Amino acid sequence: MSYDTVVVGAGLAGLTAALRLSERGQRVLVVARGVGATHLAPATVDVLGYLGDTQVASPAASVPVLISSSPNHPYAHVPAEQLETSLEWFCTKTAALGYAGNLDENLLLPTALGVPKPSALAPRSMSGGDLRAGGRFVFVGLKGFKDFHPTLIADNLNHARLPNPIEARALELVPPSSRRGDLSGRVIAGGFDTEDLIDWLAGALEDRVDPDERIGVPAVLGLRSGDATWQELEKRLQRKVFEVATLPPSVPGIRLSDVLSSALRTAGARIVLGVRAVGARAKGGRIEAVEVVNATGTVSYPVSSVVLASGGFASGGLELDSFGATRETVFGLPLIGLPNTDRVRFAPHYFDAQPLATAGVATDDQLRPVDASGSPVYENLHAAGAILGGATPWKEKSGTGTSVATGYAAAEAILTPAPTPVSEAVR
Amino acid sequence: MNSLIRDSLDHCVKCTICETYCPVSQVTPLFPGPKYIGPQAERYRGAGPPADSSVDYCSGCGICTQVCPHDVKIAEINSRARAKLWEKRGVPLRNQMIARPTVIGRLGTPVAPLANWALHNRAVRGLVQSVVGIHRDAPMPSFAGRTFQSRARRHRGPAGAPAVVYFHGCGTNYYEPLVGEMVVAVLEHNGFRVIVPPQDCCGLPLQSNGNFPAARTYVRRLVDRLVPHARAGLPIVSNSTSCGLMLKREAHEILGIEDDDLKLVSESMYDLCEFLLHLHDRGELRTDFMSLPMTVPYHAPCQQRGHGIGKPALDLLALVPDLHMIELDVDCCGIAGTYGLKKEKYEISMAVGERLFKEVTATGSDLAACDSETCRWQITHGTGVKSVHPIELLYRAYGLDRRTRAGSVSPELQTARVSG
Repeated sequence: MSYDTVVVGAGLAGLTAALRLSERGQRVLVVARGVGATHLAPATVDVLGYLGDTQVASPAASVPVLISSSPNHPYAHVPAEQLETSLEWFCTKTAALGYAGNLDENLLLPTALGVPKPSALAPRSMSGGDLRAGGRFVFVGLKGFKDFHPTLIADNLNHARLPNPIEARALELVPPSSRRGDLSGRVIAGGFDTEDLIDWLAGALEDRVDPDERIGVPAVLGLRSGDATWQELEKRLQRKVFEVATLPPSVPGIRLSDVLSSALRTAGARIVLGVRAVGARAKGGRIEAVEVVNATGTVSYPVSSVVLASGGFASGGLELDSFGATRETVFGLPLIGLPNTDRVRFAPHYFDAQPLATAGVATDDQLRPVDASGSPVYENLHAAGAILGGATPWKEKSGTGTSVATGYAAAEAILTPAPTPVSEAVR
Repeated sequence: MNSLIRDSLDHCVKCTICETYCPVSQVTPLFPGPKYIGPQAERYRGAGPPADSSVDYCSGCGICTQVCPHDVKIAEINSRARAKLWEKRGVPLRNQMIARPTVIGRLGTPVAPLANWALHNRAVRGLVQSVVGIHRDAPMPSFAGRTFQSRARRHRGPAGAPAVVYFHGCGTNYYEPLVGEMVVAVLEHNGFRVIVPPQDCCGLPLQSNGNFPAARTYVRRLVDRLVPHARAGLPIVSNSTSCGLMLKREAHEILGIEDDDLKLVSESMYDLCEFLLHLHDRGELRTDFMSLPMTVPYHAPCQQRGHGIGKPALDLLALVPDLHMIELDVDCCGIAGTYGLKKEKYEISMAVGERLFKEVTATGSDLAACDSETCRWQITHGTGVKSVHPIELLYRAYGLDRRTRAGSVSPELQTARVSG
């Protein structure tokens, strides 16, 4: 089968690029070793949370500052208006999850560890946890559910630096006896989809929460019914309720992946998991076919364009071997952000500036990976998401924003190629 | 290979993605989940057998391996652990029986009317459940009475045409010989001469029931039958996705067979729809399809997904005028070969299948399509909706039911209005 575009990677960047391309009429194949990091992340879209050590209040105002200080940052290669367009598009495509927020101001949402985290967008079932206005919060745990600890969240938040004072407390509920001891978020969410767990939860909370308290529950209110369950719970309790992402697996992340994958299938794209893209057959500076290893061996998919969204070190898009060599694992692309030494040493403290922190591919303004001279390695290869170098997403809190923006921008670059080839050096 | 599979557990970062997909652990606490039983427990098992029998509740659907972003061979690790468990305890008689479809087929075929009566008689099934341990409600196919092999021997195909080798599997041979005739008819319609070598079980049921030594014997015997054709450079096609996958990958990765002949057969092996789609890619597939104005839900079984070839059935059926396929998005129907037949696992298997049953029913169609035979039987059992292999739709769309000996297709298909 021949495809217009093969997308390598099924995380947020890959799914975004694939969906944008297929809704514009392209025949798209997504190949991936497995599902992406969506299943581990809280499903918020974090555009920019920190500039250095300073918390960002408005991504719209701070992204240009970031670009001017980090000219290799992926955002530098996303056309200015496309950051906003991509987020608006994302909200339309994920309407079932009702994303709230915008580029002008960050929400400040509690994480599973009780850390206030800046995010531009969050599903509406989570956005009610915005801590900026302060007030009283109760965090609700479920006995036996090991991935959510309300006391930890409440304690940490009570000690956190926040714009306005808050008062947080913990409350632990004992789930109905039909729910077994060793619970996972996925299993509880399944319970909300198929059983009357909402009756139990609403009943258990009714008399134990003050009228002025906002209620933070673990984000397990259903996999398919999550948004509806959340709405129903707010209605029944007449209180503000919000979901807080748990430790992985992330139910909101699975919802996001499901919504995007299902939209992709509807648009006619094909997703193949459990296979491995291993290279390209190229001619005259263009990729003619992507080589993929499946159950039998290597097969070639002829293509017009390719989007590489294979992720960074954590997802296997980048690899560091025991001799200290770093490589891009699919096409062997040139990398930036590598230390000038053969033997990579790690900084002693986890949160120190690590030597490989910004490693990844550099691109031109069409998100095409470039070589040291700034020329595209292949005319028709684009990259998106965590494979891109020049960023420190975990410090900047820019990972998911980068995935959506560059996934969208890569698709746009394929749909409307620049009139003349870009040959100048990387900006 | 043995150590490569096991060593893949070191790639596990405990991300739990497999656990979110495991269809079994979502419906029963008896299976603690693929990560827990797989890469996590394997570390401590070493060469010994598992400490308890929870690994036996793994259905072997393989979805964990497919979704793992780090190439951990979770299902393969678990399959091997199960084999060690039964090696130590001795494979129970029931599992030995249901894992030998050729033995059952040879016994049942000559006495098909009697066997079919017994298979569908409540009292007999109740007795079988209590004595043997096969659940009384589990879906059972009917013996066709005449094997596909015997029909194929009488069949005279076109001479001199390019040849293709057909590995039909036991389901086609004993229960669904008509499907086999449709495969042959469609391939011949596309200008092929179809070689049907004598063949036996691929060993997959024995593998999933933990009897690796017997499974290896079956694989080797089958490979011996197929390898001369592979050496001659002929493609081998199969309409049984799970048996095809056994030869493509599992015999090597799970049973650990290192063998040049197997390798050659693996490389020559194509799923039927994969093969036909390749023909289409080369512009060699005939597209003289008649209109088939129907809406049919399609389920790609877990074992089909294991091929990593996408969903060629959908790409092919998209060529048929007025045929609208609905792509269902459910990973597993629950039956997993012989898993759902077992007394203690039937309820689990039905609970796993529930979502698929609902999706099939929600389409309102009286026909569903699915590549794998046991999955088709399970879908029909869970929904009352007749399920066919995609080849049956193609066969019908080519108008071959009116031209060839295989004759009648399913009544649900015959009622489809014909035009073109």
